[in-house]
Amino acid sequence: MANDILTVEGLKAYYQMNYFGVEREVRAVDDVTMRVKANEIYGIAGESSSGKTSFIKVLAAAIRPPFRIVDGSVTYRFNGTPIDVAHAGEDEIAKIRWKHLSYIMQGSMSVLNPVRRVHSAFKDFAFRPMGLKREAFWEAVEAHLARLHLEPGVLRAYPHELSGGMRQRVTIALATVCQPEFIIADEPTTALDVVVQKDVLAMIREVQQALGSSVVFVTHDMSVHANITDRLAIVYAGRIVEEAPTRTIFTAARHPYTRHLVASLPRIGDTSPKPSLEGRPPSLAEPPAGCRFHPRCPIAIERCRKEVPVLEERPGGHRVACFRADEALSPAKVLHVEESLS
Amino acid sequence: MFSVVRDLIRYNIEFTIGVMLVGVIVAFSLLSFFSPVDPTAIYTTIPDMPPSGEYWFGTNSRGQDLFWHLAFAFRNTLFFGLTVAVLSRIISITVGLTAGYLGGWADRTLMFFNDIFVAIPIFPILILFYFVLRSDLTMMKLALIMACFGWPFDARLIRSVALGLKHREFTRHAVFAGMSPARIMYEEHLPYVMPIVFSTAMANMIWSIGLEVTLAVLGFTNINVPTVGTALYWANNHSAMVVGVWWWIVIPVVLIVMTFLGLFLLAVSMNEYIDPRSRLRRMGA
Amino acid sequence: MKDYLTFALKRFLQLLAVVFTGISVAFFVSYLSPISPVETIIGRVSGQSAYSPQAIASLRETLTELFGLNVPLHERYFNFLGRLLVGDLGPSLLAFPTPAMKLVMLALPWTVGLLAVSTILTWLIGNILGGLAGYYQNSRLLKAFGVIAIGIQPIPYYIVAFLMVIIFGFLWPVLPISGGFAMNVRPSWSPEFIVSILRHAILPAASLVIVGLGTWFLGMRALVSNIVTEDYVTYAELAGVERRRIVSSYVIRNAMVPQLTALAMALGGIFSGTIITEQVFAYPGLGTLLVRAVNAGDSAVVLAVSCIAVIAVATAIFLIDLIHPLLDPRIKAQ
Repeated sequence: MANDILTVEGLKAYYQMNYFGVEREVRAVDDVTMRVKANEIYGIAGESSSGKTSFIKVLAAAIRPPFRIVDGSVTYRFNGTPIDVAHAGEDEIAKIRWKHLSYIMQGSMSVLNPVRRVHSAFKDFAFRPMGLKREAFWEAVEAHLARLHLEPGVLRAYPHELSGGMRQRVTIALATVCQPEFIIADEPTTALDVVVQKDVLAMIREVQQALGSSVVFVTHDMSVHANITDRLAIVYAGRIVEEAPTRTIFTAARHPYTRHLVASLPRIGDTSPKPSLEGRPPSLAEPPAGCRFHPRCPIAIERCRKEVPVLEERPGGHRVACFRADEALSPAKVLHVEESLS
Repeated sequence: MFSVVRDLIRYNIEFTIGVMLVGVIVAFSLLSFFSPVDPTAIYTTIPDMPPSGEYWFGTNSRGQDLFWHLAFAFRNTLFFGLTVAVLSRIISITVGLTAGYLGGWADRTLMFFNDIFVAIPIFPILILFYFVLRSDLTMMKLALIMACFGWPFDARLIRSVALGLKHREFTRHAVFAGMSPARIMYEEHLPYVMPIVFSTAMANMIWSIGLEVTLAVLGFTNINVPTVGTALYWANNHSAMVVGVWWWIVIPVVLIVMTFLGLFLLAVSMNEYIDPRSRLRRMGA
Repeated sequence: MKDYLTFALKRFLQLLAVVFTGISVAFFVSYLSPISPVETIIGRVSGQSAYSPQAIASLRETLTELFGLNVPLHERYFNFLGRLLVGDLGPSLLAFPTPAMKLVMLALPWTVGLLAVSTILTWLIGNILGGLAGYYQNSRLLKAFGVIAIGIQPIPYYIVAFLMVIIFGFLWPVLPISGGFAMNVRPSWSPEFIVSILRHAILPAASLVIVGLGTWFLGMRALVSNIVTEDYVTYAELAGVERRRIVSSYVIRNAMVPQLTALAMALGGIFSGTIITEQVFAYPGLGTLLVRAVNAGDSAVVLAVSCIAVIAVATAIFLIDLIHPLLDPRIKAQ
């Protein structure tokens, strides 16, 4: 589609590991198909070790052995030119890095070189992609910092001299200084306290709107998704199990796993105990047959153990991978599901 | 503990080779308990015989059967290295845990002395001791002196781990439960630093044995006690290489290199085991 | 800047403490020496010709005073400290009555020259190769070098030096194996003399480099292979920062910090290396002097060498410590 900036088709990416003499294959990303439109914030939610981090490694074209792409394509369309980062050479990818495709990394504490001042990171990262003369470059950097309400003084600081929240804001400024069309944000708020988190989220929203970029926003925290994303994909054991506009996910989710995630969110005035799922997320090295959620699913049927449900289109831009997704669940039944989840 | 060793042997090639090398040397040195000849006596057999079925390692110019002589020498050397390692471990654990757990002025004082000891060049000091004590410088005294200088680097390492342990939940529980600092250090923190203690012990043995060999080669120890160093000293003294008694030098050198390599590999593989980052890399994460 | 001065001052006090402790230990240990320099000289003198008992008694008195042995221990200790400040440690026995300090000062340039060059060379080569091996982990050449390094690393220094003497002295005699310069060259600033010094330094320096290289290589490789997994390196790679820049400004730059500390530590152990080197290659430095002094029972020279060793090593460590915060800005915060 014309205004899709990213198209992922049938992506499979596995870790081939050799730990203490035992060969194993970990299917971290298993048959994922999705699109990201221009000028939207696309959320990816899932537990730790659900494969969401691996997925965005592919999106960021940061694939290192033993991780490798087995099948599928990851195509970006910047200025009308398609580039499939799953197959393009490092040279081609280097041309789009930071200028078009940038990245806000998890762990703001350690993403800046601890022994150099902040301005050297701006110079290393952005000088070449921006292609400006030195003075114009620094003017542009300071203008960008001002837009994000940051003092130009932070450029002269060392990373350890900044607070955690400040460092994350500097990182966001660094990731957006080239005005990229596509930004991948990997748990950018996870290590921060709630007040700072709110600031950082507002900042990301502001930059995204100012630049008109697309953002893929990854976090396990559903309340953050509720605050910032336009569309949301739920990932379980290496697969997207449900994808819909964020509002729909929170009001009319069809997958039992999504419903569980939504149900476990705290709500004002709600004092009932929150349900928790039995069991642990499956090992990606030996995922269960059929629907990967079935061992923990309260409404699993025989079919779920054998067949893999495909991610099917539903009205309203809703996609879901569950055999029982279409069974109209009455509110009473939903309640029943929630009880049995607890 | 056992399962760790088993896993290491099964999957870590460096550890396996290290265990084998050290094992061979230890077994060889233990043979000296069954020595048919007095390994310290000289001129008990025909001198300068090359290795043969009768004399496996040959004999030297002083009329000693090198096999039994070296077995005894390695026993002395290993025992020496072990003594230094154990003694200096005791100091470094005490200093490291105390400084890390107590913090404050105790930490500052201990680390001040620590840094002084790190900076003092040990070799001239050792020579000074030999200069004064001469043949009174027994292996035990030498071990004691070296232990007094072999702890500071490892104490710092242990301190850094103890600093981290101090703020962990279980330490706070122990404090609330009314455990004394000494008991907390001994019962709660010591197990955590044990892997470091083992791996630094290997490195420490390499260091102390290396120094002993160096001193002995110069003739700066009691040269009548058979050790690897004194064996080389006498070989040098009789110009073994020049007159063609090569086995007198080559065999102890091969054996000591095996010892060092074995200890080194053990230290490296244990370090790798301790450092979660390199373990992660092995897993490919 | 103020922080840095406080830091430098603290380090300087520590330097003084190290030097003070070291030379005090040296003094009290050497005090225990059973060999009396006075009796040794008297024995030497009276062995040559007959002297009257009165002459010997007055000689003994003069010598006792000369060596400063006529006062109680604590006073001797303070005398020693005071005289050390002006660089006077009394006459030597080896070359009586040449001052011990003069002998040390003659030997010092040889040792420092040899050590400075070989240590810096070793450190540089080892760290560069180790850094490359840590970053390019798939390079076969560097992997092979790693195996060799692990193999060479545990070989006692003495063996390596001895092997070099055998190879270059007997099997393939292309380089001089002993002395600091050729006998037939007069010491001066002539090109001939300098070439002779350099040629004589090759083997001792090479043996030091070979032995030290493995340790630095392995240490740096381990450091770098940890640093390349750090977030800031991954992040820079994701941003498409040039390889060269990542290697130099991110990887090597961060690895330098601990490696510099390690260099300071290594300096502490360096004198053990040089003593053997000088023995094996008959090099006219401090090590040779020390061994000669020990064998001759010359406590003044032994003490002087020990003090110089302590002072030199502590000063080197102090200087490295001063560079440290310039490389790692986080140190100032501590």
